[in-house]
Amino acid sequence: MNKVQQIVDWVDARFPATQLWESQWGKYVAPKNFNFWYYFGSLAMLVLVIQIVTGIFLTMNYKPDANLAFYSVEYIMRDVTGGWLIRYMHSTGASMFFVVVYLHMFRGLIYGSYQKPRELLWIFGMLIFLCLMAEAFLGYLLPWGQMSFWGAQVIVNLFSSIPVIGPDLSVWIRGDFVVSDATLNRFFALHVIAVPLVLLLLVALHLIALHEVGSNNPDGIEIKKQPKDEKTGLPLDGIYSHPYYSIKDIFGVVVFLIVFSAVVFFAPEMKGYFLEYNNFIPADPLKTPPHIAPVWYFTPFYAILRAVPSLFGTQVWGVLAMGAAVMIIALLPWLDRSPVKSIRYRGTLYKSILAVFIVAFIGLGILGALPATPVRTTLSQIFSVIYFGFFLAMPWYTKMDKTKPVPSRVTG
Amino acid sequence: MKMISKFLLALAMVPLLAVANEDVKLDPAPVNTRDLASLQSGAKLFTNYCLSCHGAQAMRYNRLMDIGISEGQIKENLMFAGDKVGETMKVAMQAKDAKVWLGAAPPDLSVIARSRGADWLYTYMRSFYRDPSRPTGWNNTVFDKVGMPHVLWNLQGDQELKVTSHPAEGGKDAHGPATHAEKSLVLIKAGELTRIKEDGKAHTVEYDAKVADLVNFLVWMGEPAQNTRETVGYWVMLYLCFLLLPMVWLVKREYWKDVH
Repeated sequence: MNKVQQIVDWVDARFPATQLWESQWGKYVAPKNFNFWYYFGSLAMLVLVIQIVTGIFLTMNYKPDANLAFYSVEYIMRDVTGGWLIRYMHSTGASMFFVVVYLHMFRGLIYGSYQKPRELLWIFGMLIFLCLMAEAFLGYLLPWGQMSFWGAQVIVNLFSSIPVIGPDLSVWIRGDFVVSDATLNRFFALHVIAVPLVLLLLVALHLIALHEVGSNNPDGIEIKKQPKDEKTGLPLDGIYSHPYYSIKDIFGVVVFLIVFSAVVFFAPEMKGYFLEYNNFIPADPLKTPPHIAPVWYFTPFYAILRAVPSLFGTQVWGVLAMGAAVMIIALLPWLDRSPVKSIRYRGTLYKSILAVFIVAFIGLGILGALPATPVRTTLSQIFSVIYFGFFLAMPWYTKMDKTKPVPSRVTG
Repeated sequence: MKMISKFLLALAMVPLLAVANEDVKLDPAPVNTRDLASLQSGAKLFTNYCLSCHGAQAMRYNRLMDIGISEGQIKENLMFAGDKVGETMKVAMQAKDAKVWLGAAPPDLSVIARSRGADWLYTYMRSFYRDPSRPTGWNNTVFDKVGMPHVLWNLQGDQELKVTSHPAEGGKDAHGPATHAEKSLVLIKAGELTRIKEDGKAHTVEYDAKVADLVNFLVWMGEPAQNTRETVGYWVMLYLCFLLLPMVWLVKREYWKDVH
């Protein structure tokens, strides 16, 4: 017995290290037909690591103080060795996190990855998405630019539209009557420790749930129900994730890093979509910018918020609609009544409705970034109705849809 | 696949629809942050003309060594007496006084090029005109009723706003004879870097080049690491695309040979 094995045995007798590794990855059996869409889960983990590591280094030089915050970011950009790289990796990472997570969620949508037995896995994923939105919102205040300040002002004011407790609630959130130094301090605390802790816990739960039920695949076939191969003892379409998906995911990582580096090194502002131009103006509570737009990843939900008119003298309905727009995604496992999982075996009805939904979602994203005009508001309202219609009518159209028979083996 | 291409096509349309409406036409600024001569000329203009009212509190004087100005030159030509070369470019004027004199405290210029954009600055610095109704006697077509007077007037000279209304091309439309009001700036008195030619037209090439230098410097100052960032970027991309990517791809192909 060699030395390494002796150490492993020593640990295993005291802590289930080998068992953990094998159940979570080393001997985890995955379908062999993962395609392009299956890179984004591991990429989301990579971005999470990038955000945490760069975040730690930013924290060493950033000052969560209303008088110092803006120029402490510039200090990082200019005087801290490699500071510009750390900062751009973090700001680009924030946007890329959403790119990756939106694509990851879209994968789940088209291949029915939320269906039984993966409902809890989907719920954990949705909670991660919520955490991510909170994390992005809190972090956006920290550079203390005009968009940081007024974006936070607008979003916190949403809470004040809640009847009875609203105004007190928004003061409680801000710690002041306006967004101020107190707000900046608590947002910093929540951004660097509270939300990341919850996020890490949820990611662990998401992975444990995944490795318990097994991965779905582009054909939506349960490989666990397949007969076992006589020689290997694995399901006919199953392979060990290690080394097969380890190396495939590393390939995905390199491709991702190429895209990521292209942004970080050559277009860190991404034409104002990743770093808004107005956020290079220090926060000024006395000067409201003419157009307050959230960063691109919030715009679909922001458009829904603005599309809902105020009724009975309160604007709370828009806030409720925005909240519902996020929450309703979590209900997918119970809204979808289709006998098949993957889009490959669904009928024209479902595919057409999905196509319209995609157009509406992207449309909302574009409209949410633009100043409101009557025409745009009407468009947002139409798209919002389509957005909710896609989910609410799902039990019926997925039942009516003419599905194709699902083969017993994956199609590659 | 059809779905993916639809999705990507829709995404590609985002920037087209998101173009902001600009009511003023901006001239494209000829920015090149690797042109050291231009940056140095811009730095000189900046410290001589801008720094008395505007600060650049994120910018250290000795950072100018990055654009080829020596420490001695910085100390002798570009700094206020008493400042240290490692200090940031603080403003001499008190914000309180500035508010009284100009109506608003002049903004810090450290990252002005990142919020306004180079084209805006380039056009703005060439669009001051005489306006007796303003307290400073100056107005600007890019920034109406601006508090800032034309600091470079001795270089550019005096401009006047001329509004000409003339029939639009194509003659009449449904609403009668179409007129088109056109605002243009006319140079009425030449400065050190401009002259009025015999046909009455302005020759402003030298002044425009000077402003371009200044804007170039402001763009560089907005992110002094930007040249380094791009240089490092080329190496990173070379490494990722031509070394790591093919290597990982080959290893992946080798492992996946036994998956059927």
